[in-house]
Amino acid sequence: MSNAPQLIGSSGDSLREAFGKALVSLADEFPNLVVLDADVAGGTGAHNFRTSHGDRFFQFGIAEQNMVSAAGGMAATGLIPVVTTFAVFALRALEQTRLSVAYAERNVKIVASHPGLDVGPDGASAQCLEDLAAFRAIPNMTVISPADQIETELATRAIVEHVGPVYMRTGRSPTPRIFGADHTFQIGKGQIVRDGADVTIVACGVQVARSLDAAKILDGEGISARVVNMATIKPLDHDLLQRCANETGCMVTAEDHNIFGGLGGAVTESLAQHTPCPVEFIAVNDRFGQSGEPDELVQLYNLGSVHIADAARRAIKRK
Amino acid sequence: MTSSAFHENLIETARLIRCHSIASIYTATSGHPGGSLSAADLLSYLYTHEIGDEIPQDDDLKRNRFVLSKGHACPALYGALAVKGHIGLDEPLKLRKLGSRMQGHPHVGALAHVEASTGSLGQGFSAALGMALGIRHQGGDGRVYVMLGDGEMQEGQVWEAAQCAAHYKLDSLTAVLDYNKMQSDDLNANIIGLEPLADKWRAFGWHVVEIDGHDFAAISAAFKEAKSTTGKPTLVLAHTLKGKGVSFMENYPTWHGSVTMSLDDTEKSLIDLGVSKSDVPGWLDGTIHEGSTQ
Repeated sequence: MSNAPQLIGSSGDSLREAFGKALVSLADEFPNLVVLDADVAGGTGAHNFRTSHGDRFFQFGIAEQNMVSAAGGMAATGLIPVVTTFAVFALRALEQTRLSVAYAERNVKIVASHPGLDVGPDGASAQCLEDLAAFRAIPNMTVISPADQIETELATRAIVEHVGPVYMRTGRSPTPRIFGADHTFQIGKGQIVRDGADVTIVACGVQVARSLDAAKILDGEGISARVVNMATIKPLDHDLLQRCANETGCMVTAEDHNIFGGLGGAVTESLAQHTPCPVEFIAVNDRFGQSGEPDELVQLYNLGSVHIADAARRAIKRK
Repeated sequence: MTSSAFHENLIETARLIRCHSIASIYTATSGHPGGSLSAADLLSYLYTHEIGDEIPQDDDLKRNRFVLSKGHACPALYGALAVKGHIGLDEPLKLRKLGSRMQGHPHVGALAHVEASTGSLGQGFSAALGMALGIRHQGGDGRVYVMLGDGEMQEGQVWEAAQCAAHYKLDSLTAVLDYNKMQSDDLNANIIGLEPLADKWRAFGWHVVEIDGHDFAAISAAFKEAKSTTGKPTLVLAHTLKGKGVSFMENYPTWHGSVTMSLDDTEKSLIDLGVSKSDVPGWLDGTIHEGSTQ
């Protein structure tokens, strides 16, 4: 008996694994769904689909640019290609996404694991802090960042049902469960996951759980914080943002992404136009990441629940 | 059709493609004549013998498809579509104009007969590969043709795709290289040399057929050979002349990139291509055409 090494980081409780299992569950219902990989299936969750539906799994090797343009071609034959890779390598094929997928309006889904500081030990080269900004800037793209395993499963179904190009980021590390079996997901709709009157914390991805923790901290001080899960960064739920701005008078945005151009950028573009109010940003402050455990990095880069709570207090003071 | 009629039809189609290219680049006041003229004979053959007349549908897996990966040569593509009756004979004159289907580089969203949006080199090749994979996966027998430029060989994505197509033994994919030896600024050899090009493609697992890209007998034989080649994709490595058909452009560096053509140069070009002097104004305002081959 050989002792095969254990695959590092293939946690059953990560968003990437939730995505991979969701793909398997959709396979029968969507016979045109095919999955494309660039030799990282073990890390993206796509290995689940490779095992269950090997005849619909296409290996492209370590060549993301070809993979993304080819996905556009495959979609042009009626298939629904789901391109799977790490977020930084999706970024590598940004221009292919722009021309071969988005401009051509091909029904391609790009689902990237390993976004943000959540990547942890692999360090800055793999910690993609720019994907939301980059993919959001491309016309025709829908951009999604689900918050937990249940939402990832629902979002996976939603993007396969949706006709048009999508970029979705999952996550590498084990992520707390937030939602119950009754959770719903609709592309383009944010949700108030905790109500409050003094400040609205708008978060996406792994920062939703930390924002809920921050709301609990604030609650102990008599501050009533509302938490919005903005799982769709584009198209943005402008109506919900306006309502929250009117009802709470200030906001905090929280994302595992660079401070420029991501969720905070999208939210403040909307607010500036419709309902200006004080906004504080929780994001990586225009720096690269480094090796470390995700929890350590969250503290070092000021992305934790205590930092979100601090930002909420600052926002309230500015009202 | 007799052998000579077969050739006459291809020669005339190519001549008209070249006329459309020159007239449209003149009215657009920009565009790439050199690489359009070098590709005209290959396009004449493909649109006469390999690409059908149907309106392309994504889910039609029986039809053959063509992708112009060297998208800057689209004046020749639009010319071929006009000659074959897929678009109006005067439509190429709308090249690069606001609101027109004749976008400066081919776009699927603008024109049904364009199969892939191109203009960023390397991407059309991968898109064609994806089409061939998708068609085969679904049991279709449609073939996919893709034309690349020689400057395009410098894009890493081309070699990613070449490697991938060979790995998947995609014998339904045929790439055509319009090897006119010149790119935007200079000779390939002075930019980044490409040779030994045929050997490189063979080493990447492709069947290579090397031909004179202006000899219709050779072009016809090459595509037949591609169709009968199994287990690997075929590259038709077509040696061509940049600016072919217009004497003062042939192999003359000024005409390689995007240019504005003077009326004088345009008239000389069309006359070189067999248009009578009195018909030149009609070619340029869309009122006179020598008819399509339909």
